[in-house]
Amino acid sequence: MKRLSPFNITSLTLGFAFLYLPMILLVIYSFNSSKLVTVWAGFSTKWYGELLRDEAFLDAALVTIKVAVMSSALATVLGTMAAYVLVNGGRFFGRTLFSGMIYAPLVMPEVITGLSLLLLFIGIGMDRGVLTIVLAHTTFAMCYVSVVVSSRLVSFDRSLEEAALDLGCNRFDAFRLVTLPIIAPAVISGWLLAFTLSLDDLVIASFVSGPSSTTLPIKIWSSVRLGVSPEINALSTMMIGIVTIGVITASLVSKRKSLNAQKDAQAAERAA
Amino acid sequence: MRRFAMIAVPYGWLAVLFLIPFLIVFKISLSDAALAIPPYAPTMKDGFGALLQGLDFENFVFLTTDDLYYKAYLSSLKIAFFSTFFTLLVGYPMAYGMARAPEEWRATLMLLVILPFWTSFLIRVYALIGILSNEGLLNQFLLWLGVISEPLVILNTNIAVYVGIVYTYLPFMILPIYAALDRMDDSLIEAAEDLGCSRMSAFWLVTIPLSKNGIIAGCFLVFIPALGEFVIPSLLGGSGTLMIGKVLFEEFFNNRDWPVASAVAVILLLILIIPIVLFQRNQQKQAEAEG
Amino acid sequence: MGPLRPCLFFYLFLRGDLVAKPSTDTWDKEFSPWNDPDEKPLIRFKNVTKKFGDFVAIDDLTLDIYTREFFALLGPSGCGKTTMMRMLAGFESVTEGTIELAGQNIADVPPNQRAVNMMFQSYALFPHLSIYDNIAFGLKRDKLPKDKIDARVAEMLKLVRLEKFARRKPHQISGGQRQRVALARSLAKGPKLLLLDEPLGALDKKLRQDTQFELMDIQETTGTTFVIVTHDQEEAMTVASRVAVMDEGRIIQVATPGGIYEGPNSVYVADFIGDVNIITGTAKAAGESKYYVDWGVNQAPILATSERPFSDGQECHLAIRPEKISITKEKPEEAENAVQGKVLDIAYLGNLSTYHVELPGGQIIKAQTANTRRLSRRNITWEDPVWIRWNATAGVLLAE
Repeated sequence: MKRLSPFNITSLTLGFAFLYLPMILLVIYSFNSSKLVTVWAGFSTKWYGELLRDEAFLDAALVTIKVAVMSSALATVLGTMAAYVLVNGGRFFGRTLFSGMIYAPLVMPEVITGLSLLLLFIGIGMDRGVLTIVLAHTTFAMCYVSVVVSSRLVSFDRSLEEAALDLGCNRFDAFRLVTLPIIAPAVISGWLLAFTLSLDDLVIASFVSGPSSTTLPIKIWSSVRLGVSPEINALSTMMIGIVTIGVITASLVSKRKSLNAQKDAQAAERAA
Repeated sequence: MRRFAMIAVPYGWLAVLFLIPFLIVFKISLSDAALAIPPYAPTMKDGFGALLQGLDFENFVFLTTDDLYYKAYLSSLKIAFFSTFFTLLVGYPMAYGMARAPEEWRATLMLLVILPFWTSFLIRVYALIGILSNEGLLNQFLLWLGVISEPLVILNTNIAVYVGIVYTYLPFMILPIYAALDRMDDSLIEAAEDLGCSRMSAFWLVTIPLSKNGIIAGCFLVFIPALGEFVIPSLLGGSGTLMIGKVLFEEFFNNRDWPVASAVAVILLLILIIPIVLFQRNQQKQAEAEG
Repeated sequence: MGPLRPCLFFYLFLRGDLVAKPSTDTWDKEFSPWNDPDEKPLIRFKNVTKKFGDFVAIDDLTLDIYTREFFALLGPSGCGKTTMMRMLAGFESVTEGTIELAGQNIADVPPNQRAVNMMFQSYALFPHLSIYDNIAFGLKRDKLPKDKIDARVAEMLKLVRLEKFARRKPHQISGGQRQRVALARSLAKGPKLLLLDEPLGALDKKLRQDTQFELMDIQETTGTTFVIVTHDQEEAMTVASRVAVMDEGRIIQVATPGGIYEGPNSVYVADFIGDVNIITGTAKAAGESKYYVDWGVNQAPILATSERPFSDGQECHLAIRPEKISITKEKPEEAENAVQGKVLDIAYLGNLSTYHVELPGGQIIKAQTANTRRLSRRNITWEDPVWIRWNATAGVLLAE
């Protein structure tokens, strides 16, 4: 009954071509042997070799990963706490301010967030480095985590927690043994989001990083400003590849899970 | 006790690292620039009384006298507005096509829309440079086709900024519209046709109004971040591209005029409050309608 | 057989008469602690009031529930029955008054330290834990040794006949099985009191009827006191030893199922439980415990018995169950009450048929007959003039 009209097919094809062609071309040209990025001169992987020998890039990558690991872990803990407080915390003093502070960073332009944090760090005389980037990333990533987790908590059946209390748990045990395992998928996707946000951030990191703490996006930025370079193409291809593999694996896993759930439901029907 | 800790830890974190920094920006926007470290006066060291007296709206006055700033605000608004419109033009047909696609394709199409979300923003903007530059692939292709005889100048113009915003923010537009269309009951269209609508008028009279909330949400999700955008105008735009995010960045790093940069930030936030409040309202209305 | 028959009729007649008295409960002789003045209640609500802001959920309510009872709180949604249960479990505090469990005020005891367990309406089975771990959850909180936990879980699984499913997750079993897991989990700690919040609400009708009997068996086997919240009057009548009918935060009547059905104390209760005809009129004394009810112009007054006194001219409502009214084509001889009317509608329910009879005054009375013979020729049909009759003891005379 529902049929794709030629118009639908055209708009989908063109739309996805628009979304994906630039990236596909980027990947193709990363294997171009010519230094001139727009002229195809034959297949080569030499830019990958050069990239892996470039100490500055490797250092930046290391800093980025360090920052991402630390800030995503912190943001996940803080964001989950914040979500729990927002959804189940009842009333407390300054609740509106609190929820405002959770949502504001989501719509705040990055330039303002970066600027304000930098002014704070200067104001309290804190040296800019890995630590300041971690603090900055944790702050805005925790808001994303808390939005993801609280959207799961809203649909969480409160009677599960009450059942745990009824069976002898205190509040903390009820959270640890019942709530947390059930909302774990949301917490994990919140963590993933925090991790990629940290990997991806250029603007805020440019404000709060010091000379010894150049992150990969800052490094990419400074070389991209000078124009297209084959090394960046190679780096981008690697990053796109990792993300693509990750996202496709995750979606396959969740598809398998839902298939299993379907099978279980059928088995349950048969058991009845 | 535990409840207190649960609230106090994230609350305190945000207060110190979000609220206070923002208040500092506000305070510095009222200070004067100085050749000192930090490059503004007065500071806390001067004592509270001197601090209060030293604050004024000079920087805001300055922003109105130099036409660079209000031009930048206006041009940001204009660019954000038109690129939101273009994103809608590209995004709606895609969302509509996805909603009409067979059930078994939808998960894959959804994945295709979400995948760019996880890919580095910077790299996606960068990918456009290679396409749009004078000797880029688009020009090569068009020259090869014979449509043009001379390369089009796209990169480093506002057109490139529009393309960049549409390209990077397209998923934000597609997802809420798709969500609205997906919820829609197909029998509504059939009922409209049964009652004498043509395909086209059924689309205008039923589908569009029912996806209105998705359209509004999508437009705000594009408009709000586009307004403060910095990376896209810096990489794709030219020297003539004025966007307030870029101005702020340059004011701060190149001119080291912190008070003016802070004042620019405060005004940008004031401008942003309107669409944010409207967006909130729309979301709330929707939530209430769904019950 | 000959001389026995009148005796049998006489006995049945007598029994019906006794049942009609609301205060006595002759058929629950073997278990009726509420009639024993020496018996201490397990739960005692003393003038309990619960407010949510300005909204009064429970209004000055006093109630005793006894050990080993199967007590049902019955009422429409929003009547306060769930609030009462949540106050017992410890999830809601009491605004005024006290709740005592085994003689002790439980106001300050948190839910995890009450010897009360609850079976949730949604079952609230932990989706990430197996059936075994769900049932063992409460036992593990008590830090019991592993072999004790194993033994107790095995016992519980046997009780609810789910031994084979111990390793499964909740979503891998059927709805009926989930209900039994929830029951086993809440019983595992051997609570003094088990609260059941609409325990059968999520099951389909057939399964619900089977499960009701299972629930009664388990209650008897374990000897636990059960308090069940339900809006389904049939369910309450089937399972409970006593039923409390609630409305707007108040208890309207507490009695055995038989007492509630045959002797409702108000029109609200009569109407809430089962099908009923209400005839409104004015009372006039007609001898000891007997009254005439004047109910319509040009109608002979109805004769009814009542233990409750009515003054002459007082407004009263006669509640008669449809099955107590018989219907015939011919005018019955020697009936205490007989009225002529016209068949308006016939509802054929398989085992029963209900006739809607319109009386000359416009009132519609429902009369029910059992379809004892298969495909018997039903000689009464639409628009037929018919007679309906009932005894003076068939109905209950109510003041409000």
